Amino acid sequence: MRQEQNNIFFGIDWLLVLFFTLLVGFGWINIYAASYTDETIQVFDFSSKYGKQLLWILFSIPLIILILFINAKFYQRFSSIFFILSLLTLIGLFIFGTEINGARSWYRFGGVSLQPSEFAKTFTALALAKLMSDRKYNLSILKNQIKAFIIIFLPALLIALHDPGSAIIYLAFFFVLNREGLTLAYIIFGALSIVLFIATIIAGVKVIMSSLYILITIYSIYSIYRNKRFLKFNWLKVVALYLFSSFFILSADYSYNNILKKHQRDRFEVILGKTSDTKQIGYNSDQSIQTISSGKFWGKGFLEGDKTQGNFVPAQDTDYIFSVVGEEWGFVGSSLVIFLFMALLYRIIYRAEKHANKFGRIYGYGVASILFFHLIVNIGMVIGVLPTVGIPLPFFSYGGSSLWGFTLLLFIFIKLDAQKSYDW
Amino acid sequence: MKRSFLLYFLITLIGFLFVGRLFQLQVIKGSDYNPVKTSAVKVKFDMPERGYVYDRNGELLVANQLSYDVTIVPNEVTPLDTLEFCSLLKISKENFIKRFKKAENYAPWLESVFLKQLAKEDFAYLQEKLHKFQGFNIQKRVIRNYPIKSAANVLGYISEVNELVAKKDNYYQQGELIGKAGIEAQYEKILRGKKGKKYFRRDRFNKIKGPFKNGLYDSTAVNGKDIMLTIDSKLQQYGEYLMKGKRGGIIALEPSSGEILALVTSPSYDPNMMVGRLRSPNSVKLIGDSINKPMYDRGLKGTYPPGSPFKLVNALIGLQENVIDENTHFVCNGGYRYGNRKNEFMKCHCDIYGKPIQLNSAISKSCNSYFANTYKRIIEKNKNSKSGMNNWSTHVKSFGLGNYLGYDLPEGDKGLIPDGDYYNRMYRYKWNASTNISNAIGQGEVLTTPIQLANVTAAIANRGFFYTPHIVKKINNQAITDSSYTIPKHTTIDKKHFDPIIQGMHEVFKTGTASWVNIEGVDIVGKTGTSENFMRVGRKKIKLPDHSILVAFAPKNNPKIAVAVFIENGGFGSTVAAPITSLMIEKYLTGMINRKWIEERMLKTDLSPIYERQTIAIKQIETGTK
Repeated sequence: MRQEQNNIFFGIDWLLVLFFTLLVGFGWINIYAASYTDETIQVFDFSSKYGKQLLWILFSIPLIILILFINAKFYQRFSSIFFILSLLTLIGLFIFGTEINGARSWYRFGGVSLQPSEFAKTFTALALAKLMSDRKYNLSILKNQIKAFIIIFLPALLIALHDPGSAIIYLAFFFVLNREGLTLAYIIFGALSIVLFIATIIAGVKVIMSSLYILITIYSIYSIYRNKRFLKFNWLKVVALYLFSSFFILSADYSYNNILKKHQRDRFEVILGKTSDTKQIGYNSDQSIQTISSGKFWGKGFLEGDKTQGNFVPAQDTDYIFSVVGEEWGFVGSSLVIFLFMALLYRIIYRAEKHANKFGRIYGYGVASILFFHLIVNIGMVIGVLPTVGIPLPFFSYGGSSLWGFTLLLFIFIKLDAQKSYDW
Repeated sequence: MKRSFLLYFLITLIGFLFVGRLFQLQVIKGSDYNPVKTSAVKVKFDMPERGYVYDRNGELLVANQLSYDVTIVPNEVTPLDTLEFCSLLKISKENFIKRFKKAENYAPWLESVFLKQLAKEDFAYLQEKLHKFQGFNIQKRVIRNYPIKSAANVLGYISEVNELVAKKDNYYQQGELIGKAGIEAQYEKILRGKKGKKYFRRDRFNKIKGPFKNGLYDSTAVNGKDIMLTIDSKLQQYGEYLMKGKRGGIIALEPSSGEILALVTSPSYDPNMMVGRLRSPNSVKLIGDSINKPMYDRGLKGTYPPGSPFKLVNALIGLQENVIDENTHFVCNGGYRYGNRKNEFMKCHCDIYGKPIQLNSAISKSCNSYFANTYKRIIEKNKNSKSGMNNWSTHVKSFGLGNYLGYDLPEGDKGLIPDGDYYNRMYRYKWNASTNISNAIGQGEVLTTPIQLANVTAAIANRGFFYTPHIVKKINNQAITDSSYTIPKHTTIDKKHFDPIIQGMHEVFKTGTASWVNIEGVDIVGKTGTSENFMRVGRKKIKLPDHSILVAFAPKNNPKIAVAVFIENGGFGSTVAAPITSLMIEKYLTGMINRKWIEERMLKTDLSPIYERQTIAIKQIETGTK
């Protein structure tokens, strides 16, 4: 038994490794297409983006080996320290950070830039797993809920200060909490808030507020009709409902118009169809949709995408990488990528559910939820159903930090998974 | 397992929603995606050279010349010696700044035209010093050139295609040139050739990144075809020379082919006015001149009462309908009385009072009474006036009157040949031959264009048939084969009836109204005309000086040329139109002018004071009625 444990590849779920390899490989092919120019012919041209990405991919192999080499128990034991360290790196940005593309979320070492927020997700997931895997931990107790929220929102808040878009990802952890017994009310409440928020933007305060009042009134009358003494016990609840809904709608309206910046508001308006400007505000979204559409069923073929080759879609090698898939590989290629991601997510959840100890399971859920959220936000943006939020597509987008961050995230789970049958 | 349901469910839901959206974009929406029509592909046109135009003797009428546009890429402009640059371009500094700002507003990184169509000398200077002015460039452009400053109405002009046409016809891009009048418009598709297209890949900054699909969709330009006109440029120029100071038109046809030898309208303009930098101010001036109407082709579009030459047609119909013959005679008492009231009397100036007149002298002396009688007999031959009128109308129309002739120029008019229905509408069925007796002498309702009259003359010269007049002889050195120009059209008159008419017309030049301009040794056959005309100004109908008309062909046997001359307000046909006809025929048949005194006299004939008086009179009436 001991010997087996020394073999770093023992117990590894090769299917997950296969999915990972396929995604990273296909991702690189598309980065190559996006950053390819006629002048360059060499694959190992490290000044080009695809050359650099290849380097990142090659360097991720020793990282993977290192992750697999370390005993699973290590990750659980030191997760709190990792978490605190990653918080410190996020705080450090305020002093040592370098600004790239308007966000001060990078550390620069010579020619290499690292984005600590890409790693913070992993450590938050580990910290959350550690907290909730305690035998005495019970999520139905409010104090415990708050503890979990703190772990989630602390890094999210630090990240939001530089890059609000990336912070959204932390909402993914609610799936983890839900799995571990947090009442669904939180998610329903969250979803309802989003619906109300969007409805307020579209229809305006007056319409939504009055229709909400009508709904509450109907509910109250119905309750009185059923139980004549309803108001006697519940009048406070009804009043609170009125007040809260008014407050929520007014603040949604206020924050949309005053707290959100112009460009953020524009992104909403593009998706909600409130603006038809495709030259300035809606340019990215419009170009991305056109590029994907032009791929048709079979795609134009590798390096044949004229829109991709003409660099019509901004940030096409990073956030908009999926539009390359759409143009050059068509409906076939792009839906295959989505199915591949779905398969990866299914597999993670499936494996996580098999864990005997809670730590591995919770972490696994964290991994799946984060990847899932990235998928929704990124592809939703590229295919024009969600507003523009600049976050990468896992394993696909160009960038060392993001690739390493996701590699770390996934392979720690693979390692935990490999050792799941041992009781630590 | 139960707890994992939510995540499984959401992953599946979102996954399939995304695939559905991709299906919508790529399969449903993508099907109408055209690979060439994307913003990632830039089309560059390879402009063909427009075809040349020659006259029937191979003389060059329309050629191409290079013109130079100065272009600018505002982003690439470095600080420059503005003063020197402005003096090179001959523009003011304010103008320079204005143009620069305009280019910058258009797009600072794109090339746009800074100054159009530089003069050749300016170009030479500028080219030497261009290296000093970064960001400026010279772009060659082909424009038209007219070596012979004549026939503007025939040749037409080209100018930038208007937005409407550019939108409707996807061949043209905004700013390209298209034929707007004359040959340039009529034969646009032949002259323009075919643009070549080159497709390039481009990036979002409009920068070219190389050929698209290695030139799979590219095509090369096909140059326009050369056209040889039927025009004899010497004759054309001579006609224009004679028409100085007069309004009207000269049409010369070759009866044996229908080829238009000359198509003169006056006043006209130098075709070079519609080329180059001055085109737009010039065109405003030319098109806006509503008094002289230099852009209006009087030979093709002007409709006038034909006057006496129309008597020939009536005589022919009379012979054909057997209501008269060569020996039929009528007595003229200084006119023809068509009604009992005092004013129902048509005067005649034939000066053969009280003696019987036969066809021959009726034509040579242009006797109104004779043709009024003939006309009456034609109309009254049938059981009622309407069918008689219709029969007459059919005969007349067989000469190409009353409808578009079908020549290959974009302008024209139907003229008017009334029929029974026309008068039924006009007089509510209460009319007879006397009602419209003026038609007998080419007044009344009858209207023709000069080219229609020339065609009637050609038909008489041919003794009963004509070829539709046309202006193009060869395309790319291949004679035209269009059957509408190569197959003769027959009139409804038998060949035998023409000789008596021609005999009478011969008398016109031998002893009749035009005998003073007869050419020694050439048998000219013709008919003078003096047509009354009126102008309506408000409610008033004012009488204007008569139009001077003459139709003729020569020689009598084996005719080489048929001419119709129309001089607005020129007075008697014999005084202005006749000498011009005679000179035109002499010029064409002998290549020179021996009778300098006639030429001199014609050049001195300046009708502009008459026209001026007219305009003033009209203006006075207009202001008076107001």
